[in-house]
Amino acid sequence: MIKFNDVSKIYQIGDEEVRALDHANMRISQGEFVSIVGPSGSGKSTMMNIIGCLDMADTGEYILDGQSIARYSERELARIRNRKIGFIFQDFNLIGKMTAEENVELPLIYQGVHASERKKRVQEAMEKVELTGRMKHRPTELSGGQQQRVAIARALVTNPSLFLADEPTGNLDSKTGKEIIRIFNELHSQGNTIVLITHDEKVADQANRKIRIFDGCVEEVEG
Amino acid sequence: MIFQSLKMAWKAIRSNKMRSFLTMLGIIIGVASLIVLVSIAGGATNSVTDQIANMGTNLLTVTIRDNKENPLRLSELSDFTEDEAISMAAPNAQSSFTAKSGYTSESITTYGTTAAYYDIQGLELGSGRFLKTTDVDNNSYVAVINEYAATELVGRTNAVGESISLDGKSFLVIGVLKEEDSTIGSTSERLEAYIPFTTLTRMADNVLYVTNFYVASADENSMDEAESVLTEKMLQRLGDDEDAFTIVNQSSVLEAMTSVTNTLALMLGGIAAISLVVGGIGIMNIMLVSVTERTKEIGIRKAIGAGRGSIMLQFLIEALMISLMGCVIGIGSAWGILKIAGIFMSSMSFDISLQVVWIAVGFSACIGVAFGIYPANKAARKHPIEALRYSG
Repeated sequence: MIKFNDVSKIYQIGDEEVRALDHANMRISQGEFVSIVGPSGSGKSTMMNIIGCLDMADTGEYILDGQSIARYSERELARIRNRKIGFIFQDFNLIGKMTAEENVELPLIYQGVHASERKKRVQEAMEKVELTGRMKHRPTELSGGQQQRVAIARALVTNPSLFLADEPTGNLDSKTGKEIIRIFNELHSQGNTIVLITHDEKVADQANRKIRIFDGCVEEVEG
Repeated sequence: MIFQSLKMAWKAIRSNKMRSFLTMLGIIIGVASLIVLVSIAGGATNSVTDQIANMGTNLLTVTIRDNKENPLRLSELSDFTEDEAISMAAPNAQSSFTAKSGYTSESITTYGTTAAYYDIQGLELGSGRFLKTTDVDNNSYVAVINEYAATELVGRTNAVGESISLDGKSFLVIGVLKEEDSTIGSTSERLEAYIPFTTLTRMADNVLYVTNFYVASADENSMDEAESVLTEKMLQRLGDDEDAFTIVNQSSVLEAMTSVTNTLALMLGGIAAISLVVGGIGIMNIMLVSVTERTKEIGIRKAIGAGRGSIMLQFLIEALMISLMGCVIGIGSAWGILKIAGIFMSSMSFDISLQVVWIAVGFSACIGVAFGIYPANKAARKHPIEALRYSG
């Protein structure tokens, strides 16, 4: 369901040309739990931006759910992000002024879901991450692990085709990190597709399959 | 989506109350001054035009400067009313006498005129009657006095049937005028008497012939016609000398007055509008700061699926909401200020015209959109990746 055909992304930094992705090829199927591993500067972030439809490849083809993501307008990309992708970031990226509940509700608002339906789905999502008692709390009143669970709830509330996690345990201690990985495993067992981007081999080992990336080049490793 | 944007904007405004209020302050002051200034100008206009309109908008005043050794006599005035454009004419002569009644002795302004004066000037009687043609024909010693004179000379407002003495001659009071609720001039603080023109010519040395008279046109629309007829007749009478007399058209005075005060209102409104524009710049300034501060938030919203349109709408509505809230508070303050002003200046009425309120609301909305569109567009155009990476 995710396919990279010779995807390249080139950044111009000063006079120097940096190939963040160099003719990358890979494939992730429906229901897989894959980790993308590589040291910093290897092109992980670029890869995640392209998978997450935040950015577009310069050359090559990226296919998501059988749909080629190329030459899309910004508005269409926003729509795809909204409906198909659930982001989970390293630094949680919750909106500080809003309560946990409102943060989770936000993607549904952009989908134009009805208020009563939103309420129901937010409740369900919060139950899945076991945070129903913290609905009215603001991010600053929650621990790091709790914040990341809110972020996961926000990702899963739209029933996306793909969970895209960028170093989800990077800002957490190992115990809460394990908890988060447990939630990912649970999501995976329910048939969700998960792509986990990390530099940490131990975290990457949790996935069924590892994709290594180094200096913009991709090599697939069977798990 | 609009409702959600309203909710988001309201939340953003509320989460930074002090800053939002200070931003609104520009609009509040602008709207309040717009409404207060225009209302005060309007109040002044009304009181001035009312005064002029009270004298009659179908009034022409003729003053003879040079009688060419052939003075206008009272009997000739009726010639003027022959034309159908002119309905009435009444002489106006003025003199000052000493009025005595009991122990009081005061100077009284006395007008010598005829019965038509009452209708031409739109006077109102409190009691009794006005001068009649027979009073004029018989040189009767009768007088109509104003209410102030009645209380000063007789001691009560209903002075009909009493006698007062003007320069030693005894006059029977036949009517008392109603007190005018005038705002300018001090007619109510002045002793006034109206006596037959013929009686005045006998008493006063300086009044022998008609040098000043009022003419009423048939109605307001025939003013111009009446004026030209009158001019023609006067030219004929005074040997084609345009400088021998003047005719003042009351409705043109009114028009001139109205246009002066309208210009005044427009000017004051314009000054207030400038302060509204300054307020709008304040909104733009704060919105730009807000957009920069909330770069991360914009990045998050975009990552989870907000399109350019939604981001744009959110910030635009926020700017619009700030300016409209400021506008509402401004209208409220203007109302309060005018109420207070009304207490101190009870003679004028300061009514907020609905028109000005709508102008203020419309103008504020335009300013909110005009100065909100640049920051909102800036927010909407942020690249999601860069916005997400922003830390500050």
